Amino acid sequence: MDKHLSTPTPSSASPSVPALELRAIDKRFGSVHANRTVSFAVAPGSIHGLIGENGAGKSTLMNIVYGFHRADSGEIRVNGRSVEITSPQEAIAAGIGMVHQHFMLVENFTVLENVVLGVEGGALLAGGLARARTELERLARDYALDVPLDAVVSELPVGLQQRVEILKALYRGAQILILDEPTAVLTPQEADALFRMLRRLRDEGKSVVLVTHKLREIMAITDRVTVMRQGAIVAEVATATTSPRELAEKMVGRAVLLRVDKSLAQPGATLLAVRDLDVRDRLGVARVKGVSFDLRAGEIVGLAGVSGNGQSELLEALAGIRFPTRGSITLQNHDLIRERLDPRQRRALGLAHVPEDRLRMGVVANFSAEDNAILGYHDRATYNPGALLDRAAIRAACEGKMAAHDVRPPMPSLRISAFSGGNQQKLVLAREIDVDPRVLLIGQPTRGVDIGAIEFIHKKLVALRDAGKALLIVSVELDEILGLADRILVMNAGEIVGELLRADATEEKIGLMMAGIDSRAGFSPPTESGLKSALPQT
Amino acid sequence: MSAPQKLPRWAELGLLPLINLAAALLLSGLVVKILGESPWAAFKLLASGAFGTQEGIGYTLYYATNFIFTGLGVAVAYHAGLFNIGCEGQAYIGGLGSGLIALWLGDRAPFFVVLPIAIVAGAAFGAAWALIPAWLQARRGSHIVITTIMFNFIAASLMTYLLVNVLIKPGQQSPESREFGPQAMLPAAHELFAKIGITFSPSPLNLAFAIALLASALVWVLVWRTRWGYALRVVGQNPSAAVYAGISPSRIIIQAMLLSGALAGGLGLNELLGSQHRILIDFPGGAGFVGIAVALMGRNHPIGILVSAVLFGALAQGGAQLAFDMPKINRDMVVVIQGLVILFCGALENVFRAPLALLFRAKGEK
Repeated sequence: MDKHLSTPTPSSASPSVPALELRAIDKRFGSVHANRTVSFAVAPGSIHGLIGENGAGKSTLMNIVYGFHRADSGEIRVNGRSVEITSPQEAIAAGIGMVHQHFMLVENFTVLENVVLGVEGGALLAGGLARARTELERLARDYALDVPLDAVVSELPVGLQQRVEILKALYRGAQILILDEPTAVLTPQEADALFRMLRRLRDEGKSVVLVTHKLREIMAITDRVTVMRQGAIVAEVATATTSPRELAEKMVGRAVLLRVDKSLAQPGATLLAVRDLDVRDRLGVARVKGVSFDLRAGEIVGLAGVSGNGQSELLEALAGIRFPTRGSITLQNHDLIRERLDPRQRRALGLAHVPEDRLRMGVVANFSAEDNAILGYHDRATYNPGALLDRAAIRAACEGKMAAHDVRPPMPSLRISAFSGGNQQKLVLAREIDVDPRVLLIGQPTRGVDIGAIEFIHKKLVALRDAGKALLIVSVELDEILGLADRILVMNAGEIVGELLRADATEEKIGLMMAGIDSRAGFSPPTESGLKSALPQT
Repeated sequence: MSAPQKLPRWAELGLLPLINLAAALLLSGLVVKILGESPWAAFKLLASGAFGTQEGIGYTLYYATNFIFTGLGVAVAYHAGLFNIGCEGQAYIGGLGSGLIALWLGDRAPFFVVLPIAIVAGAAFGAAWALIPAWLQARRGSHIVITTIMFNFIAASLMTYLLVNVLIKPGQQSPESREFGPQAMLPAAHELFAKIGITFSPSPLNLAFAIALLASALVWVLVWRTRWGYALRVVGQNPSAAVYAGISPSRIIIQAMLLSGALAGGLGLNELLGSQHRILIDFPGGAGFVGIAVALMGRNHPIGILVSAVLFGALAQGGAQLAFDMPKINRDMVVVIQGLVILFCGALENVFRAPLALLFRAKGEK
């Protein structure tokens, strides 16, 4: 077999029967044609990428394979045999395993208990657990899938939780593993560990389907890639023969700008000054330690760092969601800390905030778009001419934001959860910049956002900078920081360990700083940030 | 998938509750059949008892008035993400507030002075009874379900103590206060109708029904048309987003519970000032708990609450008629029917949702 050569086409093996083959799968949800006669095949012992924008039909297709949905027509074949899959149980029986974007684990069970859940093999647990332990130890050895079997899942970092999901699938005998946006929740290091694991699985003869919208991952790990757009397959190529630009164009259906076009920054006066900021979490653990920096008019400052090193806490402290234990934040001659200003009062001073986790904090999922478009500004006189909310003004304001930021569909009364991630983000961004703030804090500007919208959002941010705003951007995507920022701050273990002008920054320099190796101060060991941030740094 | 199925709005708000109600009545009919009576005859008795006569309608709406007040109370708390089980106790103590004003001023101040003071006192006492659980939830994280249940018991004990030892009319055995003065009695509906020349059979239906309707309208405006209501719903739907927006969840929780208790306190207007004209033991009579079902079935919306309050009022009134006319069916049977309605409309509301959603999807795909 030619698996170990990792050539893009392992089909030269004598019986070129695909491990998984979909023939003319068609699926409609009401008026939405989610899959249009989709056919594609995954060769055994290969990693196959499935890429497309949000709403292109990738997830629907994979949910059909895993038995969550039934196709209206079409055929699924596993190893050349036609199979009928109407439930996840049947998918598992056919040797298909799926790792969902949102893990399906019982948080307060141990790893072992989670893995045997549903396949305990008898009324009493003891025998099943013992058998599972032996089998899992073998799997861990074979695939380098080390997980502490007796650890409680909720105490594991996200990367390990994902490993548990993979183990679960393998334990059930999966030969075909589907991963849905597996890196969405991972740090770059965790993602790299995942990729090593997937290559190992491929080399052992398993087939992997990687569903993602990140081009870099597709290029890094897949053998072949299938591109979907609007429910149909628009291309299937060997990864080695394509480029990110070509894939992006196929995904979006037009030429896209992957690099942000911007002129040199013209920084002006300091708008926001942060001095000696300490933030502790609820358990009293120090998350941000003695952070000081300035944000100046007309510049974008990028805050880089491995996720969990205090960036989120710093951002929330600046926005007024957490209260620091020490330090000062000065905006317009107000000390936000001493005056204990809440987020609303900070907004009044011209401090806008796009939160990192849109669904958890930035929007109310059950509210309409127009109601979400006033969140945080709902008590402004514009919307409250008297004692009552002015619904007409709220709608008109939302329509204006939707038009200016190309939010689709432009329907203010539609529930926000019915919009794609990109359109939600555009609306949140519109809400925060529409009030003409001086300083913008933006967490993960393009998380869960499709390429077309990323381009739009990046352009907007640069335009804001050129209009003299000060922007602070926190992103786990190093590419994004490098693309947008004029100045880069790097955080490690709660401290700012380095500052670089964009012109001096390279991925390598930042990477070293992120890992806690400062060229000036030498190696500073990671501190008590706990198991969660310590473990993924493998 | 496991995501909740989406239904068209009219089906969600109209069809689904109707199907649930029909299922509850069908099962009730089966029980009636087992007891040896004709379900159809029983249903006709129930309906005619509730809506067949002016007196019946009067009683139905009189009961419904209690359920509107408590239903609104439950709903306002629900919009802040709180499950207020304590409307029974809040109504009990709230009624004490109105009752004390009625005892004090009922024969020395004019009606138009007594009424507003009694309303404010009822609301204030009800709100006060909700304050401690609210504070414990907002500042200490003590679960509101537990604390409000316990406050129901405390309210019951307190009221028993007050009625037996303090408020009891001298020289009397039963734990009741003396009768209110004439200026503290809400005019009955038939009296009001008589003034404008319409004859209506006597019933306990009184001005408090109109106050309940007014309260419903105010709740609607407050929850859906004011910035406070907006903040309330944000806190209920997504507390993190509330903090992000600069809304203080703990403040909203306390305010919502105060309003919830105040609304429940309105029950005393109907029950004491409107009908009994004295303070007596256990006058809420479970309306605080029925209010939970009313709010649930009414989707926590004032219009839904009105409709379901009338339904539960009809069950109470028609059920009494049924127990009177059908010897094999007693009051307990009526409670069984109420229970089935609560079961199907509340606990089992999703049973018919999935098939209905499938039906709509099938129709949509054609």
